[in-house]
Amino acid sequence: MSDQALTLGGSSAPSAPKTRGRRLAVPGAWGLRGTALLYLGAMVVLPLTAVVTRGVSAGFEGIKTAITAPAALDALKLTLATAAAATVINAFFGTLLAYVLVRYRFTGRALLGALVDLPFAIPTLVTGVMLVALYGPNSPVGDFLGNHGVHIAFAWPGILLALLFVTLPFIVRTVQPVLLEIDPAEEEASYVLGANGFTTFWRVTLPHLRPAIAGGALLTFARCLSEFGALVIISGNITGKTLTAPVYIFQLVSQFRYEEAAAISMVLFALSFVLVLITEYVLLGRRKSS
Amino acid sequence: MSTPAVAVSLGGRRQKVVRGLLLTLCLSYVVVLLFAPFVGIVYTALKGGISAISETLGRTDVRHAYYLTAIITVLTVLFTTIFGIVVAWVLARDRFRGRAIMNALVDLPFAVSPVIVGLTAVLLFGRGGWFEPFFDARGIQIIFALPSMILVTAFICIPFVIRSVAPILDELGTDEEEAAITLGASPRQTFFRVTLPNIRWGLLYGTALATARSLGEVGAVLIVSGAIQGQTETVPLFILRALEERQEAAGYLIALSLAAMSILILLGIEFLKRRQEKERSL
Repeated sequence: MSDQALTLGGSSAPSAPKTRGRRLAVPGAWGLRGTALLYLGAMVVLPLTAVVTRGVSAGFEGIKTAITAPAALDALKLTLATAAAATVINAFFGTLLAYVLVRYRFTGRALLGALVDLPFAIPTLVTGVMLVALYGPNSPVGDFLGNHGVHIAFAWPGILLALLFVTLPFIVRTVQPVLLEIDPAEEEASYVLGANGFTTFWRVTLPHLRPAIAGGALLTFARCLSEFGALVIISGNITGKTLTAPVYIFQLVSQFRYEEAAAISMVLFALSFVLVLITEYVLLGRRKSS
Repeated sequence: MSTPAVAVSLGGRRQKVVRGLLLTLCLSYVVVLLFAPFVGIVYTALKGGISAISETLGRTDVRHAYYLTAIITVLTVLFTTIFGIVVAWVLARDRFRGRAIMNALVDLPFAVSPVIVGLTAVLLFGRGGWFEPFFDARGIQIIFALPSMILVTAFICIPFVIRSVAPILDELGTDEEEAAITLGASPRQTFFRVTLPNIRWGLLYGTALATARSLGEVGAVLIVSGAIQGQTETVPLFILRALEERQEAAGYLIALSLAAMSILILLGIEFLKRRQEKERSL
């Protein structure tokens, strides 16, 4: 489970059981505590305070102007819309993949399982490069599709494909362990009582999976909001058309417009942080109930 | 695990059809989404043949980019591993007020876009930044130089080691450590002889993930480095520039090399995961 928590960002707070993991009387323990607090304070709290301070310094009006600038609004809308679409699609295919990986035995199952993890290992920039190599105007595939009026690179389908690629493992890896835990007797009982496969899945299996799917979907959405590397290449960054919010922030920073960049960063950061908190709540709720 | 057998025997032919359909759907999704782009880049990167490949790999800017990325990765992984072990230990063993907040702080880097990470570094160390006067007076360059590039990469890699070590420490409990201390071992001996061997697979797993992440980081590094060719250009930044300057062949090839390294690391991760599970089940 450790990798689960880690790669998904849904943390598993060490659960602080009373008997295990109890406080150990080690000399110098408070020194370690101080080191840990100092490390996280300097590396995490301080930088984020800097952004919030700069964002707030513009005042309410300044934040409002930064967010409602046409380019900013378009970028935020595009980011939210593509993130939502990617989340819905991967919620479906992620659950399906988890089901197939857990319940079916077939040749190539191990390979499929490894392929699902591929996006965790491949740098997101390389993901963007791969998509341009396949669908870009210089490739036979991109050329063929372009002649038939389908534009993927430098258009929204490219953005969507990049997000789907990057976030594929999230839902698979949150649903898989829950599926493994479900008592097969419940599904067997459903079959014996005459339900078909679909009814059994819908009425018996899915209710168990709902928290995991929801948690994975929230993480997927949060990840889509922050994605930069994969999109900076495939999207083409056309203002008002294919410019996403993180890339817009990057453009603001390179034009030294730090106030506006900080304001929009605050919006994005607040959104994804709230989502990660909700996820933790949802996933922890599941753990407690099980 | 008896479900599939039951499903097939009870459902008969219809179940087999459904199973076939679901498998086909899944495989086509993965092939179109993951496998096709991969084949695309392998084909376009290697199209030029051996001479083009060796020419690209011999370029001074490419070599410098690899060198810089290697330095950043090694230092980042070392830094986040050492402090990561401390934080993991405190989270698992220490009880104090504010521990829950500390636990949430560890996850924050997951919620922050790399671009925002870059912005934070600029606001702290850049023109008019909080610490700019201090470092400027001492002639230390942070932004557009190695220190800020390592700092932002470290920020992004903070959770990996902590999240792979803390649960193991938690699960291990303190019995062995207490025994060591009772038998007269010093805290240092206890850590190196008892704790470290117990967490080694999880620790390696966390460092492997951090390595993969720092090799490919682009957004944050792009902002703080200024992407100065031959000076602050890492491998991902080289790829960006190559594509912008229409040197597609070189860009694709270097991207493929980065992907290959990451896949090797992924295979290592899979191996470590198995080792760890095996050891835990014993």
